[in-house]
Amino acid sequence: MNRIQQFVYRQLPLVATAVVLAILFITAAILYEGFFTWGVFGNILADNAFLGIAAIGMTLVIFTGGIDLSVGAVIGFTSILTATLIVGLGWPPPLAWAAALACGATLGGTMGWLIHGFKLPPFLITLAGLFFARGVGFWISTESVGIPHATYSGLAAFRLDLGFFAVPFSALVLLFVVLLGWCLGHYTRFGRNLLAIGSNEQSALLMGLPIGPTKITAYALNGFFAALAGIVATLYTGSGNPAMGIGLELDAIAVVVIGGTLLSGGRGHVLGTLLGLLIFGTIQMALLFDGRLSSWWMRIVVGALLLLFILLQRALLRKRN
Amino acid sequence: MAEKPAPLLVRPREHSPAWWPAGGLLLLLIANAIVNPGFLGISIVDGNLYGTPIDIFNQGSRVMLLALGMTLVIATGGIDLSVGSVMAITGALCAVLLNQGVPMPLVLMAAIGTGVVTGSINGLLIARFGIQPIVATLILMVAGRGVAQLITEGQVLLIRHQAFEFLANGFIFALPFAPLLVLALYVLTRLVLRKTALGLFIEAVGDNERASHFAGIAAQRIKGLAYVFSGACAGLAGALATSHIRAADSYRAGENMELDAIFAVVVGGTALTGGRFFLIGSLVGALLLQTLTISMYNFGVPPAVAPVPKALLIVAVALLQSERIRRGLAARFRRKAVPA
Repeated sequence: MNRIQQFVYRQLPLVATAVVLAILFITAAILYEGFFTWGVFGNILADNAFLGIAAIGMTLVIFTGGIDLSVGAVIGFTSILTATLIVGLGWPPPLAWAAALACGATLGGTMGWLIHGFKLPPFLITLAGLFFARGVGFWISTESVGIPHATYSGLAAFRLDLGFFAVPFSALVLLFVVLLGWCLGHYTRFGRNLLAIGSNEQSALLMGLPIGPTKITAYALNGFFAALAGIVATLYTGSGNPAMGIGLELDAIAVVVIGGTLLSGGRGHVLGTLLGLLIFGTIQMALLFDGRLSSWWMRIVVGALLLLFILLQRALLRKRN
Repeated sequence: MAEKPAPLLVRPREHSPAWWPAGGLLLLLIANAIVNPGFLGISIVDGNLYGTPIDIFNQGSRVMLLALGMTLVIATGGIDLSVGSVMAITGALCAVLLNQGVPMPLVLMAAIGTGVVTGSINGLLIARFGIQPIVATLILMVAGRGVAQLITEGQVLLIRHQAFEFLANGFIFALPFAPLLVLALYVLTRLVLRKTALGLFIEAVGDNERASHFAGIAAQRIKGLAYVFSGACAGLAGALATSHIRAADSYRAGENMELDAIFAVVVGGTALTGGRFFLIGSLVGALLLQTLTISMYNFGVPPAVAPVPKALLIVAVALLQSERIRRGLAARFRRKAVPA
């Protein structure tokens, strides 16, 4: 019992997120017939898979007290890069994926190096990263490129059949990334270093933690995950599009914050990001089921939720201090 | 004999950082003129001035206006991500009110008033509740566009109103009206900030909020006011945007404008860490940005690629402002200056 109390106390934002998700999901299930099914749940996961993958990377960066505005642009860039390499140059898909992942990680690592090495504001450098990746994406091609490839249609149609629930492929990738992020963020020395840097960089330095390598790795990992999200997006849409993911970085940050991670760094949980994503997806799906409410309500509701969670976090922090 | 007290409010004369973007702007203009000698040409049509340089001022006027407000916010050590969405809201509001026959002065007051209200929300969250500026303004950035779409019900609203269209498309004394309006606002802002202690207060709050609080400055109020001013600028910019295209497009109006405004401010020499600001630098930065975009057409590069030089420019400016590079450069120059 004591352990449970301790967990609830330590992870109060996470618990609050879970409660909100439960309320939202149950309300939607009561209001809309056929909402409470595995098929709908699978669609929520699959529709938001690339947002979720990018948000997991964003969580790691936000743990260090940083931010990355470039993820949406990196998704657009890697999706058109993958499509062009496969269709235009005839590369086999795995090779194209490897190239895209390497590009994403390199861009992320470079931004991390600039941020750490020259003590530059993450906001500004990743803003430059956004412009750069978006521009290069449109440089490769200004139009969307379809990928008529057997591997692609095969993977896109693939479902892992659990008997009661056929998990779509992109949802599988998302769940794998969440698992990876969870282990990395909470069960490794690297994850503890991230949180230590985020809560107080000076103390982390005095404790002798490898600040530079940790921060640069966090940004490189985020770039890697963003590239992976771009690849999943090509699978999901069957094409590469340089305009993909415009404004996605905002949704990713919103999902992370709704998931209970502090934007000032040092506190949070990777699983919270998954819950935040499910809240996001549930609202989207509920609006779709309703049909009367227009799409712009999505943005207003997400903004209201952001406000609610930020004020909640603020109140919790004040109480603790 | 008592020593003469040191003058308190003397600002050390220094090299204005606005020279950097001004130099960059000049280089870019020269490069453009070499590629296309007609680039700098200005002609007179119907008694009004036309030409690419006029276009740069005209197109850049909205970012200049946003940059004016953003400069003060950044000087307090904050940031305002919501200006683009606020533009969308006020642009939509203008179109709806005009189409209902509301007189234009009221429409403009409504636009600026809405900007003041949204700015107050930001200011309240940041100054009163102590929420980080990025997060607090992110809320309105996300929700604001939804509100704008709610106002226009997802439609692109066309307007027909001569006086209102004059705002962004009209000419006065052969010169375009919108840039003149922005310049007038700049002069007014500069007078208010530099001829009173307000500018100094803003810099003090941005430099060290605690210290300024102990020095008796109402730090919270100053911070809040900066966001209100930024909101008002965004409100007016939204009206200008609607006037410019003679329609309110709640999906695209002000899209990425917050990033352009921040970019203009940083290029103009105001560091994101706050504590100092250079209004004229921000205006020159906004012009540089607009020239960069127009140059892309001139150089025959697809305009969608324009973000790449923008990105390189930001990194270069950020590096020039970084402590490590500055110290390295200073050491190099000193070594040269003192040959032992």
